[in-house]
Amino acid sequence: MDTGKEKSMFAREYFWQGLMTLCGLFVIVLTIVIGAFLVYKGSATFTTFHHSLLEFLGSGDWTPQDDASGGGAVGALIFIVGSLCTCGLALLISTPFSLGSAIFITEISPKFGEKFYRPVVEIFAGIPSVVYGWVGLTVLVPAIKNVFHRQVGHSVLAAGLVLAVMIFPTITSVSADALRSVGKETRMAAYGLGSTRWQTIYRIVIPAAGPGVITGIIMGLARAFGEALAVAMVIGQTTALPTSIFSTTKTLTTEVAAQMGNAMEGGELKSALWTMALLLFLISLLFIFLIHMVSAKQPECSVRSEKKMLAKGATREKERIAEEKIDAMGGKA
Amino acid sequence: MEEGKLIENGGMPKFDITDLNLHYGTFHALKGINMKIRKNEITAFIGPSGCGKSTFLKTLNRMNDLVDNVKIEGGVKLDGKDIFKEMDAITLRHRVGMVFQQPNPFPKSVYDNVAYGPRIFGIHRKAELDEIVERSLRQAAIWDELKDRLNKSALGLSGGQQQRLCMARTLAVEPEVILMDEPTSALDPISTSKIEDLAMELKEKYTIVIVTHNMQQAARISDRTAFFLLGEMVEFNETGKVFSMPKDKRTEDYISGRFG
Repeated sequence: MDTGKEKSMFAREYFWQGLMTLCGLFVIVLTIVIGAFLVYKGSATFTTFHHSLLEFLGSGDWTPQDDASGGGAVGALIFIVGSLCTCGLALLISTPFSLGSAIFITEISPKFGEKFYRPVVEIFAGIPSVVYGWVGLTVLVPAIKNVFHRQVGHSVLAAGLVLAVMIFPTITSVSADALRSVGKETRMAAYGLGSTRWQTIYRIVIPAAGPGVITGIIMGLARAFGEALAVAMVIGQTTALPTSIFSTTKTLTTEVAAQMGNAMEGGELKSALWTMALLLFLISLLFIFLIHMVSAKQPECSVRSEKKMLAKGATREKERIAEEKIDAMGGKA
Repeated sequence: MEEGKLIENGGMPKFDITDLNLHYGTFHALKGINMKIRKNEITAFIGPSGCGKSTFLKTLNRMNDLVDNVKIEGGVKLDGKDIFKEMDAITLRHRVGMVFQQPNPFPKSVYDNVAYGPRIFGIHRKAELDEIVERSLRQAAIWDELKDRLNKSALGLSGGQQQRLCMARTLAVEPEVILMDEPTSALDPISTSKIEDLAMELKEKYTIVIVTHNMQQAARISDRTAFFLLGEMVEFNETGKVFSMPKDKRTEDYISGRFG
């Protein structure tokens, strides 16, 4: 049966299979190489310039020298706290709105939601961050200055608000997918027992979609953590620990973005910046790890086809995460 | 079949359906249905796929309200009150519970599944809930199998157990009527016979309406049988009569296996 035709068919089969495997491997290798590169560059702070990890993570004293002799201080606490505050605030503001929108799209008005609202939300995700930043700078910063009678409007609050708008589409669309994957049978069971629509949503649908919603929130957080440009435009860029939501400060990403062009190659400042990039890399790894932990807890549904749908959903989520990861690293490197 | 009992129950019907017409968009799904469903009996709906029997069943607790483009005309009275005009759908569904074709437990623990109904009615005392959960699971003949795994996920149970859990969940809200939409079509023969036994026991306290594809099942458990075809109710009579001497030629053709 070893005809020539069959042979060529299998040859093509192997060729494409090989090509696809190679593409897949390339992405994995790229990720590992970037990670290794960051470790190599970032560790110089501790090996060449003899700073301690405790100093880097726990001190707010940031005076790295821009030359190879060293001797400055590399406490990145200000940036770490700045990042945590802005992202935390963004999450606090964005999550209720996102969850509300996701419920609106899937439960309250599926037709309008699918045809109009959802595309609009997705357009949000495509707006470049410089536009968000600029609008924030033009509208939000003066507004905060006037409403709260501050000397400047640049603040953690402004950054949190801009980030909240930026992560809103991520949380909304991932949560909406999770809510939609809750089976129709499950909803019908709730209605059949005499539940109102709201009881069905908050007692049955939301708990069942819980892991997916949390995944959405973590992905939003990851996006907020990685954002540099829009935050830099509205946060005021002062090297000081924030004392209130009206303080100006810096974040990990804004400091790296602002300084990397000026810093001398091989200098203490450059090394400290690399260490911060490494920290960002590790944080995004942590987020991805968390997402995997949460989606492993995804409840199975009663019907087999539902299980398949969920599995598909999970793969889609993973793909999206992988894309985001690459995007984020592209931005940092 | 049990002639005496049928006469005894001859009082006011549980459901009184008059001239019921239902349209899905332009499709006329139910055509002029008239029927009285009696208390403490099992009424079976049989007929080929797409004949409207499930649609009719879902009309009885207004589950069709959840479907787009449904238009319903005519009257359905529960204990003399019109379910569309004199009752809201939520109250109606408290009184008329439903068991579905696919076992559909919530992705929660066994306990929380059964306690769901009582909880939405505002029962939160642990002792009271415990009692309801145990009573309902016993009624559904599944207490002994599940008493040691009340806190385990209901999704880990077998299909037959899930379906009996769904029965228990329905019983926990103490409905007056239980609608069953092909409750055994996804189950193996042993689980099926357990559900059937259960239905027979439950009719002492409840009124049961069951849609089934399985004519033997209708013959085994029901007191009365309605045969549906293309949206019409062709024949409705005591089960024994429908199967032994059907009045309509179409019923005879169907039960003798000539189509469907």
